[in-house]
Amino acid sequence: MSDRRKHIQLRPTNPKKTLVRLFSYFRYNRFLFFVGLLFIILSSAAQVAANGMLSPIIDSLVENRGMGIFIRYLIIMGILVIFISLAQYLGNMFMARLAQRTVHRIREDMFSHMEKLPLSFFDTHSHGELMSTFTNDVDMLNQSLEQSVSQIAISVITVIGTFSMMLYLSPILTLVVVGMLVVMFAAVRYVGKRSARNFRHQQAALADMNGYIEEIMSGQKVVKVFNYEDRAIDKFNEKNEELRIASTGASTYGVMLMPIMGNLSFVLYALTSMLGALLVMANRMSIGNIASFLQYTRTISRPITQVSNQLNTLFAALAGAERIFNILDEEIEVDEGDVRLVRDGDGKDSPYWKVPKGDGEYEKVPLKGFITFKDVHFGYTPDKKVLKNINLYAKPGQKIAFVGSTGAGKTTITNLINRFYEIQEGTILYDGIDIRRINKFDLRSTMSIVLQDVHLFEGTIADNIRYGRLDATDEEVVEAAKLANADYFIRNLPQGYDTMLTMDGQNLSQGERQLLSIARAAIADPVILILDEATSSIDTRTEKFIAEGMDKLMEGRTTFVIAHRLSTVRDANAIMVLEEGEIIERGDHKDLMEQKGRYYALNTGQMELA
Amino acid sequence: MRTLIPYMKKYRIFAILSPILMILEVLADIIIPYLMSLIVDVGIANRDIGYIVKTGIIMVVAALLAMVFGIMSAHCGARAGYGFAAEIREKVFRKIQSFSFANLDKFTLSSLITRLTNDCNTIGQVTMMSLRMAVRAPFLMIFALIMAFSINPSLARVFMVAIPLTVLVISVIIVKARPLFERLQTSVDKVNGVIQENLTAIRVVKSFNRQDYEERKFKKRNDYLRDTALKAISTVLFLMPLLNLIIYSTIIAVLWFGGQQILAGDMGGGELISFITYITQVLMALMMMSFFFMQFLRGTASAGRILEVLNTESEIKEIANPIKELKDGSISFKNVYFRYPGSKEYTLKNINLDIKSGETIGIIGSTASSKSTLVQLIPRLYDVTEGAVMVGGRDVKEYHIKVLRDQVAFVLQKNTLFSGTIRDNMRWGKEDATDEEIIKALKFAQAWEFVSKYDDGLGHWVEQGGDNFSGGQKQRLTIARALLKSPKIIILDDSTSAVDMATDAKLQKVFREELDHITTIIIAQRISSIKHADRIIVMDKGQIESIGDHDSLLNTSPVYREIYQSQERGVLSQ
Repeated sequence: MSDRRKHIQLRPTNPKKTLVRLFSYFRYNRFLFFVGLLFIILSSAAQVAANGMLSPIIDSLVENRGMGIFIRYLIIMGILVIFISLAQYLGNMFMARLAQRTVHRIREDMFSHMEKLPLSFFDTHSHGELMSTFTNDVDMLNQSLEQSVSQIAISVITVIGTFSMMLYLSPILTLVVVGMLVVMFAAVRYVGKRSARNFRHQQAALADMNGYIEEIMSGQKVVKVFNYEDRAIDKFNEKNEELRIASTGASTYGVMLMPIMGNLSFVLYALTSMLGALLVMANRMSIGNIASFLQYTRTISRPITQVSNQLNTLFAALAGAERIFNILDEEIEVDEGDVRLVRDGDGKDSPYWKVPKGDGEYEKVPLKGFITFKDVHFGYTPDKKVLKNINLYAKPGQKIAFVGSTGAGKTTITNLINRFYEIQEGTILYDGIDIRRINKFDLRSTMSIVLQDVHLFEGTIADNIRYGRLDATDEEVVEAAKLANADYFIRNLPQGYDTMLTMDGQNLSQGERQLLSIARAAIADPVILILDEATSSIDTRTEKFIAEGMDKLMEGRTTFVIAHRLSTVRDANAIMVLEEGEIIERGDHKDLMEQKGRYYALNTGQMELA
Repeated sequence: MRTLIPYMKKYRIFAILSPILMILEVLADIIIPYLMSLIVDVGIANRDIGYIVKTGIIMVVAALLAMVFGIMSAHCGARAGYGFAAEIREKVFRKIQSFSFANLDKFTLSSLITRLTNDCNTIGQVTMMSLRMAVRAPFLMIFALIMAFSINPSLARVFMVAIPLTVLVISVIIVKARPLFERLQTSVDKVNGVIQENLTAIRVVKSFNRQDYEERKFKKRNDYLRDTALKAISTVLFLMPLLNLIIYSTIIAVLWFGGQQILAGDMGGGELISFITYITQVLMALMMMSFFFMQFLRGTASAGRILEVLNTESEIKEIANPIKELKDGSISFKNVYFRYPGSKEYTLKNINLDIKSGETIGIIGSTASSKSTLVQLIPRLYDVTEGAVMVGGRDVKEYHIKVLRDQVAFVLQKNTLFSGTIRDNMRWGKEDATDEEIIKALKFAQAWEFVSKYDDGLGHWVEQGGDNFSGGQKQRLTIARALLKSPKIIILDDSTSAVDMATDAKLQKVFREELDHITTIIIAQRISSIKHADRIIVMDKGQIESIGDHDSLLNTSPVYREIYQSQERGVLSQ
């Protein structure tokens, strides 16, 4: 079996560059970052100092230096303690704010960038991948900004501070500590390596498992009708067992570090007390010194585990940030068109194109909806042509139909008209103007599209119809619905036009959703209408029912129809039969039937549309 | 979560070992500071080097033992936790496999997948954590308290203030934070909702020039997310500084009271030092418990979702001694009424129908006429609400479900192939089918003509969902797969809609001539697909409008005539 799993990268390819860029995101929040970091550093330094205070306090007791000194030390310690808590709170607060603001900004940038990306981007990136960057990667970044940065700062300060205090208290004991630290580092490295490897196994097993679950679950009804349950369970169990073993391994190594480090620090604690006691007896150290030193041995091991954990998170976050930045670096759709549409210039004129003549003067070209393709060649990738030498025209108000197998290039032609993709050769003219000169926003505002896969948005039915024209009145919404023959079913819904649609309108039937999308296209009052398999999921009887609405919708508009069902294209002014990117036959229904070519074969059932 | 515990059975030994080992580790950890105080107060005081070294070595050994126990406990915990998770995952998967169509309609696909993946993983992690933390923290606390009290009971009274205070701080913060985090989760979902929508509907967004509109919508939700996140996090941020404040204040209090005792000669310095170590341990244990508590809440949420699946019972039940053989392929509906669970209206009303074994039946009608619902009652994919469906002369409820579904092959409207070779896919119909059998079925289904053209033939790879085949090819493959079951009844639910008419006609001919012993029910949109059927049933709004053959229906059924005329336009010249 082939292995098509994708590996998610856990390490950034260029950490430095990504880090620098991430820092640039702090630009409005630099204050938060530096002050936050400062507070965190201060609080952990104070913590080191507070632990150090144990030494003089206990010495003052053991050596009986009197109440006055004892109380003074206690007050100093008290002040330090209050300072620790305050600084810790403020530091964490600033970092949390920084993280939220940064992530908020990144999300906003990503979304607004995504909205501007050309369609070709979405063709080459899976939704799952993009969604994961939007959620998991951003989450990871948030987490590491909120925690990892401060944790690492705390750890570094604690280690340095603790270590210098130890050195001050007893250079000899510190030597023992150094020896122990070497052992600890070795342990972290040893376990860390195995942990990482096991973690990768676990991720792979998990991905395999999830893939299987997804596939079987999406075909669950097929499983039922084939009595395939037991076989599915057997295969599932294999993968489940694999995952169990991998997870157990990963988790064992992941958790193991805790008892290892904790108890190694106890070994250090033991050695310190033993050697310390001997040093006290040799008068090289005080009991108070031991107290502080012991407290330090307990605190020095934590940062080491912390740093190794946090570094992993940080690297994973940077790898995620890299994916985020990769999306932000994708080139956006450019809109350099200088021809603008004027909808009502003086209130009297009907809409016209304002075409600059180069000398500061403008030419007014009335908006009609005349489309011409001249020697158009196109490929999604440079090496594979999808459309070859397309020539056609659609006069205002005409209905042009495209017929052909899947992959023949029907949808591609319509994608070129609204400039979802740019053509490589030839020209497309709109009312005689090269569409590359027309402002994209204006160009698309004159067109409506109805797709086979209807996409609706969370919101009410009225909201969804109004998507076609945001300033439409309630009356206009109802009118559009009536035109599409959707009014009847909408009124029968519990809340009528105010019925909330769940994600993508799953609570409506396919046919009802299609009617809504037709209403949505109608309310936009376009000059050009593109119907991409708009009625293929509606049965012929219902189709007849909406045909009336469709006819009204198409009246006076240039219409491009892509259809699988041939009965829907019969009355087109011209039918183009496409094959492998070329128009192989053209004419109206009568002409084509007389030609007895491909269209005839399709119509008489001698050919299959794939 | 408790209801899930029986699933731990297989890994019980590890679930028991892990906490025991953990207690041993904690014990060692507790003894060490005590031994230290002995070194200071006995060893140094008596200047007894031998004692110091001996005690020191015991401490090191205790620490090393604790480490070994700790590692073993970690391993046992992982085995128990992930074993438990695997066991539950299997139970959930098995349960879903036993689900009826009605059950499947109730849960969305994505929610079932989340339950099997995320929720089960969470359970595993939480169990592992529970086995370790839930034991470690309380024991650590209890032992440390015992030690503290035995060293100096009067000094240990500081705990009476410190512990309630810590508990209070932690619970107030948890109580305050929980609803805020719940709100945070909904705002995360809302932000993701917009992203998801825009990813799937990007063509709509772009063609309607709604980028700015969508950005505004996103910005609003994104701002709200930032604000709720900050609110939630700010609450939790109090936790650590406050706990630190409590720990250090307690240490200061101990120093103050203990200091006076030392000055009075009632206490040793070493005791004071070990006392401070115990304070840290007790309060850290409390903190650990609060973390555990939060994890546990996450676990209970997942457990709840899993139980929802496990507690769902398929309403399609087998009777005690089911019949294991179908006599023939006759079917009859007797006064059948049907409504989907949760729906008020009947989808099927008063259906009476007799189909003889070997007959070919066509069913036609508009989208909402409940054609699919009607045929789904035959292999008992749903149970009738009233009346009875009989197959081979017996009520379908009397059959062994496996036998019934083996003998009634059903080609679903929304059909799918699975990743694997064509051979793998065909063997869904018959597990041990030979290549000859498979080829024969493919030939019947008019699929062999394109399969035979592949260099790797039956070994040709099928992508998930069969995405590398055209609609017509996919339909023919799924028909072949159903034929491999050698059924007595075959139901084709709009299964030839993408097949061209010529091939469709050949397929009809095969069913009529070579497979005429099989009762065939064909649901179609195209009249040409059912024109030659022995009888055609015209469905309208959940009822049988009329039954008859093509010619008689043209005269008697207005609905049929209307459908015929609407399609006639497209096939003028046939």
